[in-house]
Amino acid sequence: MSHWSLPSKLGFVVLLAAIAIFAVFPFYYAIVSSTKAPSELFDVTYLPGFDFTNYAAVFREQPFARNIFNSVFVAVVVVVLSLGLGVTAAFALGRVHFRGRGALLLTVLSVSMFPQVAVLSGMFELIRALGVYNSLTGLILANLILTLPFTVWVLTTFMRELPKELEEAAYVDGATPLIVVRKVFLPIMGPALATTGLLAFIAAWNEFLFALTFTLSNEMRTVPVAIALITGASQYELPWGNIMAASVIVTVPLIVLVLIFQRKIVSGLTAGAVKG
Amino acid sequence: MAEAANLHAAAPERARTGGEGSELSRAKVRSALLFLAPMVVVLFLVAGWPLIRTIWFSFTDASLSDIGNYGFVGVDNFYNSEWGGLLSDANWWTAVWNTLYFTFVSVSLETVLGMIVALALNVKFPGRGWVRAAILIPWAIPTIVSAKMWGWMLHDQFGMLNDLGMTLGLLAEPVAWTASPDTAMLAVIIVDVWKTTPFMALLILAGLQMLPSDCYEAARVDGVHPVRVFFKVTLPLVYPAVMVAVIFRALDSLRIFDLIYVLTSNSQDTMTMSVYARQQLVDFQDVGYGSAASTMLFLIIAALTLATITIGKVKLGGDPR
Repeated sequence: MSHWSLPSKLGFVVLLAAIAIFAVFPFYYAIVSSTKAPSELFDVTYLPGFDFTNYAAVFREQPFARNIFNSVFVAVVVVVLSLGLGVTAAFALGRVHFRGRGALLLTVLSVSMFPQVAVLSGMFELIRALGVYNSLTGLILANLILTLPFTVWVLTTFMRELPKELEEAAYVDGATPLIVVRKVFLPIMGPALATTGLLAFIAAWNEFLFALTFTLSNEMRTVPVAIALITGASQYELPWGNIMAASVIVTVPLIVLVLIFQRKIVSGLTAGAVKG
Repeated sequence: MAEAANLHAAAPERARTGGEGSELSRAKVRSALLFLAPMVVVLFLVAGWPLIRTIWFSFTDASLSDIGNYGFVGVDNFYNSEWGGLLSDANWWTAVWNTLYFTFVSVSLETVLGMIVALALNVKFPGRGWVRAAILIPWAIPTIVSAKMWGWMLHDQFGMLNDLGMTLGLLAEPVAWTASPDTAMLAVIIVDVWKTTPFMALLILAGLQMLPSDCYEAARVDGVHPVRVFFKVTLPLVYPAVMVAVIFRALDSLRIFDLIYVLTSNSQDTMTMSVYARQQLVDFQDVGYGSAASTMLFLIIAALTLATITIGKVKLGGDPR
């Protein structure tokens, strides 16, 4: 932009400022609202206060700590399962030639296009039949439909771009495919696993429809459902201060994670979409 | 070696004879199938089987309170002469229209805005990392949280948007953004555009960064106007990346549920196919009828996916090396 004229430079700066403000302001305003005393909430101001009544109230008025635990537990188990199943499947799909591989990849990709609601009644029946209704196990099972397809897809994309010579020496030395996966691929897949794992974590952390439908009691709810169902004395008196405090609590760790891993996330997203 | 992506189901017996036919490649194929088995089984359990059951339920009169006890009713849930069925339900068609309208408007806006943001971020300037980090924030925020944050900003009595609009003289009186039939869909679209433009921008940016820089140098030396360069050089080159992003976003928008459920709940003005199906299924406990709606949504999305793959020649699942 060194050769730009002054008006273009100014216009560009205004554009960038508009983009940044539009992106960040709603979250900033949530912080502002959450740190106001409940009595001041209804006056619109733009500077944060230092009142943490709302934060205390969130934990006092519902089992919010338990909800956070539920979300973390479900998301972590879902990530571990997806990566475990995804790595071996990606090895088979990315490094071995067999008939039907293209069809299988296409099937996996098409599952990620499924509308969640299309499996809702079948999943409800399955969860009832397995006796895991209103339990974290049920949510873990249901969440796999969201995370498994793109984990397999992204890891396969990654695997097939590695040079062919990589595992050949190991095979010559008599290694079995399982040893090749463990000793040759796993050590160099750290970055790919971190990226896919993080994207799977975010997907499971944000999941709403299954968590809303397959849980019943406050204690089993995950964070998104808990926040969506925060209610006040009546339908018309939603405790907005509490809702904003809860929103900030669950969003800050996510934003920190995303900012730390931003380069990896961008490459993971593009591997999942553009290279498809 | 390079086999074209073939559309037959995996057949283990034939797979053994694939590859180079050596003992090693046979062993590789055997273990590959073994490696695939757990993933395929789990995927069938959580996706294939529930989908099959949902389609089956759409031909029954199952209810949520007693899902094991149902009778077969044929296509009655879709169409019958007695009470009409899904295809003659005006509310269903409203939901179809709302979904298509929402998808078209929000994806169009996201594409244009995403392109602008991507072009801006493709320029080298000091602090570029910060702006990119800033636009990742809406993407990182859970949809439910976005819906609540905006729900508060759009609040009819105490919302900052009404306050700001009236202070600046843009609004004569407070608007009930999420409740009024005129603005409810607009509110949903605003929030969705805010939340997903970053995704669009990042995908387009990745496409832009892969373009060769020599065309630009040539155009700049020749003194071609930048707007002309954009339409004649950049847009045609980045078009495939944009189309992939648009397709992903459109397929995602067609199944939207979370945002609308939280921002405007079961309001008729914004009800989409997913919201309609869940309301029938869970709120009204009508698994048969709700499954019929779910099945329709699935068929619509499947048809659109197939159409884009065939017409758009988007190469999905190409042959790995």
